[in-house]
Amino acid sequence: MKPAPFEYFVPTSVEEAVELLARHGDDAKVLAGGQSLVPMMNFRLAQPAVLIDINRIVELGYIREGDSSIAIGAMTRQRVVETSPMVRDKCAILSEALANVGHQAIRNRGTMGGTLAHGDPAAEVATVLLTLGGSVTVAGPQGKRELSPEELLAGPYAAGISSDELIVEINFPILAANETHGFLEMSRRHGDFALAGVAAVLRMGEGNICERARVALCGVAPTPVRATEVENQLTGKRLDASTIQAAAELASRAVDCEDEYHASREYRTHLCQVYVRRTIQLALERWGNN
Amino acid sequence: MRPVGRKITVTVNGEQYVREVEPRLLLADFLRHGLQLFGTHVGCEHGVCGACTILFDGVAQRSCLIFAIQADGAEILTVESLAQSGKLNLLQKAFHEHHGLQCGFCTPGMLMTALELLRENPSPSDQEVRAGISGVLCRCTGYKQIVDSINAAALAIAGAEAAE
Amino acid sequence: MTTMPPASKQAGEKWVGRSVPRREDLRLLTGRGRFIDDFELPQLKHAAILRSPYAHAEIGEIDVHAALELPGVRGVLTGREVAAMSRPFAVGVSPAPKYYASAVERARFVGEPVAVVVADDRYIAEDALELIEVDYRPLPAVVDIEAAMAADAPQLHEECPNNIYSQREFVYGDMESAKKEADRVVTGRFLFPKYGSTPIETYGVIASYDPFADQYEIWSNYQGPMVGHALVAQALGIAENRLRWIIPTDIGGGFGIKTGLYPYIALMAMASKRCGVPVKWIEDRQEHLIASATGTDRLTEMEAYVKSDGTILALKDRAIDNTGGYIRAPEPGCAYRSIGNHTGAYQIRNLEREVLVVGTNKCLTAPNRGYTCQHLYFSLERMMDKVAAELDIDPAEIRLRNFIAADQFPYKTATGGLYDSGDYAAAFRLALQRFDYDNMRQWQKEARAEGRLIGIGLATVVEPSVTNIAYVGLAKSYLERRKEHPKSGSGEAIMVKMDPLGKVHVIAATNPQGQGHDTVISQVVADQLGILPDDVTVSNVLDTHQRLTSITSGSYSSRFSSAGTTAVVLATQRLKEKLFRIAGHLLDAHVESLQNDSHKIFVREQPQRSIEIRHVAGTAHWNQSGLPEDMDVGLYGVGFYNMPTSEPPTEFDQVNSSNTYGFIAEVLMVEIDPETGALQFLKWVSAHDAGTVINPLLFEGQLQGGVAHGIGGAIFEETAYDENGQILTGSFMDYLVPTSMEIPEVDMIHQETPSPLTALGSKGTGEASAMSAPAAIANAVADALRPLGIEVNELPLSPNRIWHWIKDAQSSPSQ
Repeated sequence: MKPAPFEYFVPTSVEEAVELLARHGDDAKVLAGGQSLVPMMNFRLAQPAVLIDINRIVELGYIREGDSSIAIGAMTRQRVVETSPMVRDKCAILSEALANVGHQAIRNRGTMGGTLAHGDPAAEVATVLLTLGGSVTVAGPQGKRELSPEELLAGPYAAGISSDELIVEINFPILAANETHGFLEMSRRHGDFALAGVAAVLRMGEGNICERARVALCGVAPTPVRATEVENQLTGKRLDASTIQAAAELASRAVDCEDEYHASREYRTHLCQVYVRRTIQLALERWGNN
Repeated sequence: MRPVGRKITVTVNGEQYVREVEPRLLLADFLRHGLQLFGTHVGCEHGVCGACTILFDGVAQRSCLIFAIQADGAEILTVESLAQSGKLNLLQKAFHEHHGLQCGFCTPGMLMTALELLRENPSPSDQEVRAGISGVLCRCTGYKQIVDSINAAALAIAGAEAAE
Repeated sequence: MTTMPPASKQAGEKWVGRSVPRREDLRLLTGRGRFIDDFELPQLKHAAILRSPYAHAEIGEIDVHAALELPGVRGVLTGREVAAMSRPFAVGVSPAPKYYASAVERARFVGEPVAVVVADDRYIAEDALELIEVDYRPLPAVVDIEAAMAADAPQLHEECPNNIYSQREFVYGDMESAKKEADRVVTGRFLFPKYGSTPIETYGVIASYDPFADQYEIWSNYQGPMVGHALVAQALGIAENRLRWIIPTDIGGGFGIKTGLYPYIALMAMASKRCGVPVKWIEDRQEHLIASATGTDRLTEMEAYVKSDGTILALKDRAIDNTGGYIRAPEPGCAYRSIGNHTGAYQIRNLEREVLVVGTNKCLTAPNRGYTCQHLYFSLERMMDKVAAELDIDPAEIRLRNFIAADQFPYKTATGGLYDSGDYAAAFRLALQRFDYDNMRQWQKEARAEGRLIGIGLATVVEPSVTNIAYVGLAKSYLERRKEHPKSGSGEAIMVKMDPLGKVHVIAATNPQGQGHDTVISQVVADQLGILPDDVTVSNVLDTHQRLTSITSGSYSSRFSSAGTTAVVLATQRLKEKLFRIAGHLLDAHVESLQNDSHKIFVREQPQRSIEIRHVAGTAHWNQSGLPEDMDVGLYGVGFYNMPTSEPPTEFDQVNSSNTYGFIAEVLMVEIDPETGALQFLKWVSAHDAGTVINPLLFEGQLQGGVAHGIGGAIFEETAYDENGQILTGSFMDYLVPTSMEIPEVDMIHQETPSPLTALGSKGTGEASAMSAPAAIANAVADALRPLGIEVNELPLSPNRIWHWIKDAQSSPSQ
């Protein structure tokens, strides 16, 4: 399990990286934390001719608190975000979701941009981004552009980014005082990819009325997906057991997966419903405790 | 064709090495076969087993998922750094006394992981220890005596600090 | 946790029985272990293996030109060259399918070696693999045990019609009377999955051929038995003394799986000869998961003939094992290893058994911690619960009613096993008591009433250890066996020597993989000589040219703590006898009148007549003419111990397949989430009787490790294939080794019923709960799901599987 040979470049600025990407096009792969790419290279499932290592672009490592969102540089390590007291305070759903990404040594090197660019169907960070409705900034030959999470996840493996573009920043909206959240997933072992995972953010009004619901699922479709029918079912309703149950049942409509060894499609579909219900309940309990 | 090697300067266990490396050379292979530091072990080469875990600029990382060329300028600590002047450190001592190892193959990764764990959380609960080492697979011990060892090390380190 | 007084450093006290920390740790904790990949040689080159991507395919032309042209490539060895350079490996079935170290004209499982590249480094070797072009012609594959025996199944080997490698029928006792006497028959059908142990260190071989001496030197982390050495020599067509094997001091786990590595020794020996350079091959994890070895999968059909009071009169079963694309020694051991303890901890005097070993397009098998005892006990212990349920008897009670009684030992089983000692009921009661069984049953009722799925699982099993190699003979009938030389044995050899200053050094070849043999040896020798363990140095390296090895050498079937330690005692006693003879000679006293302490030997009745041990040793080495007449020069003792109970099978196919027999009782409780099928452990007590405990710290380590392997097999691990024979679990992302988060706290208790067969009274215990946990967990899950009418006959108990069972039960019309 040794990688095939490649040509190696280490840009120190975004401009330099973008220039290298433009020059090498589809032959090149960007190396961020490498926690998904390097295993694929060791298995020789990925054999990029050119590797553009962005670990020395120091300008991409930051967490900045804005008025309504947190801007995180693409090269910020997942563990740094997970343990940031500010993130925990302003966007706890992100810290909670990150705790489910592999194991600590993986998060120590894995980056925020890397997980989004790799675009695994079970990726927690993308799921949270989808739920919060944040944005991703990419840099390319034409300069920078901003993508919505839906645009980023237009297809498997971060189809929204073209091969000459580089993620530079991710914006996560700050949870408002009238918002509550939950993130839960089920995996075979601690740290494994989720068989099914759910992120939910609920904007709550008087008397447990849900004013707005954002719910996304991971591990059950080619990309993380919004469960819009669940959201619609919850929105404007008083959240009691039967409303939540009715909404959870709609989660199955977002499922788009095949049977595989560890979980049948039917089981994953069922897990979605159970985990949507549990996640909404968790969010509601937190709201009640506030 | 073999791409030309590139020169890197890397500090491992306090010693500086200047070596030429092919870009694709994995850091684990560089440490073991390039520097003859055989303490770091390779168990899966895809980042799951954790046997190759080292401290890279002070942070626990998989050396099978880093290219040696990326370590240019880095400071690396491997298991060989732990015992000083022929004496086990408190963590190693606790593993010895509590039988926290059998075949010893996962042990280097387990120790480097535990080192970071105790630095971040000097008095972890059992559950926190278990979560902390969950990224290192052991097939011999069933983990129980590893958890015992790390708990004992936490106490010993706290005791030693109090005594200072 | 086992608590024993800490080891204090005072001579004269007994060291056996104490938690002495391991001397091995010092090198392993400091990165100074010596594992196979840590060895380098001058001019060493590196091998990579091209493997079949097909489960079943004809192999046409192999074009290696482009690979050979790649700079840094030293040579390529193809399957056809392997067939020209070697013979098929011998195996104990006939007719035997031809199995070489590489596929020759047909590949029979995904991952089977097809060619070897030797290059300057592993990276280049892997580059070259991609340049080899193989003309594969895919054939239909078969992966299912029953499908393999169907008339229209793809045939793997001409020699083996219906893909059957081995088939035998056995009858023990008086089945006819038992059937007549029985009040009812309880039946079961059980499917045990294929899984391995995936030691964190993979296989590794360094092979160096010397064309001038026509001799091979091999370094490898092979775990034994050294029958592998004989098999490789035979395959290479050389005398055994031209094949030197050296096994590094440190092996990163074995668990039986490394017994399957010897074909790679032959393969790399040929690669070295072919390319004219020493060759190193380190298996990577992908190779390990797809092509090293796993335990067999097994289909068992079982009938129990029982009386209304719960007495089990007879068992009738049919078990089909699957050794994959070929059958490789020590298989078909899978089918026979547990024959002596087939009736477990129970007095069942009648047994009818049919055994089949079939081939499918899956990777090959090897012993895997428990070596099919987990398969046996999964069936037997599930049956005990089924019998209990049908008769409405508590599952603990049914076991107590059928146990072999304490006063029946030594106990000869119907199949020829000779259980050396035990008190099963007492150990089981200890476990039940610690678990608070009666109250927990009451609590379970209450929890069930609330709709919770709570299950209590029991397993009470006999843990055989120290294999008697005779059992593989059962693959052949008595008449066939009679034509061959008889085979039997379990021997181990140790040498203890004393230097001119009276210090002790032990020379061993017990080939440990983390069990701490060196520490235990030092404890045992210290007790025998009345010295400190720290005064004893140990060199433990298996080297066929420099150590006293035999066919049975190696570390497997938990041999060391009983056979190995007895050899240590014998060797030390012989050394001591020699010391006393010299001392008697120097003191002019009868040997029988002498006694020793840590420093001197003296006349018991006249302690002032004494001589320091170092002076005795000094005489032996420095003044050899001062020795008694007829005494050999050299101050050493050799101990060779073969269990007296290791005999060949009888004409009635009875065989004592192991030598010491311990006991395990598992009592555990699980809760299942009815919505997700996820399983959680609530409580677990595990009681063990392995005779005298030599080192409680190490003992606890073996037991806890066994639990983890048992949980792996019961819930997480499976080497799974699709219907085309493509592997689904080829990485550690999909082959699920339990992490620290999946293994619960287990309360270990133990009882010591010493073995009369070993010097210390110890038995083996390295396989432990790997044998019993799958059965106990399955019983707990079955108990939890019983209100839903669900049977648990299959593993692993993944949440996916459990949820589907629950869903099917809830939607079935009978519910």
